Amino acid sequence: MIEDRPLIYKYLRHDKKFPHVWCGGCGIGILLGSLIRAIDHLGYTKDEVVLVSGIGCSGRLPVYVDFNTLHTTHGRALTFATGVKLAKPELKVIIIMGDGDATAIGGNHFIHAARRNLDLTAIIVNNNIYGMTGGQYSPTTPYGQRATTAVYGSVEHSFNIAQLAVCAGAVFAARGTVYHVRQLDGLIEKALLKNGFSVVEVISQCHTHYGRLNKLGNQIDMMKQQRDSAVPVEKARKMSPEEMEGKFEIGILVDREAPNYLEQYNKVRQKAKNALSLQLTKEEKEESERREALDKQ
Amino acid sequence: MHRRKKPEPKAQLMQGNEACAEGALIAGCRFFAGYPITPASEIAEHLSYRLPQVDGTFIQMEDEIASMGAVIGGSLAGVKSMTATSGPGFSLMQENLGFACMAEVPCVVVNVMRGGPSTGLPTNPSQGDVMQARWGTHGDHPIIVLSPSSVMECFTLTVKAFNYSEKYRTPVIFLMDEVVAHMREKVVLPEPNEVTVIDRVKPSVPPEWYLPYEDTSFGVPPMGIFGEGYRYHVTGLVHDIRGFPTLRQDEIEPFLLRLFRKISIHFADIQLVESFHTEDADLVIVAYGCTFRSAHRAMVEARARGLKVGLLKLITIWPFPRRVVEPLTRAKKTLLVPEMNMGQISREVKRVNQGMTTVLTVNKIDGTMITPQEILEKIEEEKK
Repeated sequence: MIEDRPLIYKYLRHDKKFPHVWCGGCGIGILLGSLIRAIDHLGYTKDEVVLVSGIGCSGRLPVYVDFNTLHTTHGRALTFATGVKLAKPELKVIIIMGDGDATAIGGNHFIHAARRNLDLTAIIVNNNIYGMTGGQYSPTTPYGQRATTAVYGSVEHSFNIAQLAVCAGAVFAARGTVYHVRQLDGLIEKALLKNGFSVVEVISQCHTHYGRLNKLGNQIDMMKQQRDSAVPVEKARKMSPEEMEGKFEIGILVDREAPNYLEQYNKVRQKAKNALSLQLTKEEKEESERREALDKQ
Repeated sequence: MHRRKKPEPKAQLMQGNEACAEGALIAGCRFFAGYPITPASEIAEHLSYRLPQVDGTFIQMEDEIASMGAVIGGSLAGVKSMTATSGPGFSLMQENLGFACMAEVPCVVVNVMRGGPSTGLPTNPSQGDVMQARWGTHGDHPIIVLSPSSVMECFTLTVKAFNYSEKYRTPVIFLMDEVVAHMREKVVLPEPNEVTVIDRVKPSVPPEWYLPYEDTSFGVPPMGIFGEGYRYHVTGLVHDIRGFPTLRQDEIEPFLLRLFRKISIHFADIQLVESFHTEDADLVIVAYGCTFRSAHRAMVEARARGLKVGLLKLITIWPFPRRVVEPLTRAKKTLLVPEMNMGQISREVKRVNQGMTTVLTVNKIDGTMITPQEILEKIEEEKK
């Protein structure tokens, strides 16, 4: 990672008070590295990138990097991003959310953003728990696993975030892990290049809460578990549901084309203007007729 | 010789909601995000038709929470933005409304008041959201709330609402009621060049010198726009002058005090009222919104009967125009506050009064307007 230091430094806000808020060994830092490499590789300027986040550990990400950054309310990052993108389509709007942020409190916004297909890139850090508030169970906490609000084990079934995005209509949905970091760089790059609503679910570890409460070991043990339970999409297609038990697919789940919201709305603008010019010509005609009649009197 | 007649200004019959939408357009609003709700839907409908004609954007979001979020996003990207709703939707907007107060994002939120609480009376008028408009979002914050009482005012005050929001970098709540919103009246709309439009002040310093939340003598820092070179951090957390979250006592309080100060040092500019015969009156009616219309009629009737009645119309409801009400209480004029709630503005009037004079109220919460007769009866009862 030594060779990456100058790159990250190019994008950090040096006048910001460091250190950051994340625990040592948190996966969000790895994701931040991936995101920076992807942005740098694609050559976006700092001025054209808007980084929007919600609330939670992932919500603190934008403050450290030198883009236009917006730290919104819990679960609402996508709504703010929608406003920014519609008002200034030339901006590259990237949204960072957590699992609770995107699929619990922001679940409705998430499916509607996917359905609407505005050109946004949503990156969802999934660590299976609410980390910042101290380890309560989230919509992605697996059945039976423990959390501070599920001390006897969770009795709810978890969301498959990337699949949810596919079903809601996202044109690009992928899943990566912070262990498979080179793959993650590529997935984020592809998502950024995609014209339409793209989603990257990033499996990360919260050893401080999820790992501790469920006796999964330290951050290194948890990353090894990511390595062991991740199955490439192509391979997973050939596996039976029993074989996939306790495992998850990584890679691109869907990559398809669909009309982008802004392209569609530009057509609306054109129709509205045509209607307006027709109306104005009609009014002008009436006005000149009225004047002619007045002149004759 | 032919003499061409100058075309007469076009008088038209217009609804309050439509007038509000037209006011927004002339004020420069080019982004609207909303969710359908009676009795505010006509604003969204009208803007969905008009905004694309002028290269603006209309979007119907999945709920009012999302609408308010999109409006803030639009404004941060440099476009004047607004949303419109009614009671239940206004409750949902409170979360992000607080964000707009904290991050100082200009925007206009129209709340067409209907009967409450909860789903309440969707098609009946009320003035029950006066306190919600002031204190709806959590935490101490200042806010500007304007209330129109006629269709023409729906137009002119919407422009004013945008101007205040841009000038003071604050959300402005436009508190209409169902009567004003659905009423049709004759209006003559001004030409665009006859309307004063204020735009936000943008930074003029080099980007590396820019402090997004710096204190200024005016109290309002210039606003950087996303994508224009002034990269900064916008957050709902308490932040320092660079916009970064802070927990330092010496940064928290000065910041929050500035939020109040930027409004309080400009009370004279913000607090709009209209007085009718208050000088010689010994009883003054204090009214706002649709109730003003009944109060005006009651005043005219009372004067015809030889009673010395005056009328104070509150256009700005919050910050409450204390500097106008206080002289009336000092002069020992009886104050009568008719309103379609259980006493939200009368409570403010009583607070200002501090025992110097009598404050009477007429309250009605049955989903119908207060009639001039009801106000008149109260006046005559008092004058006996």
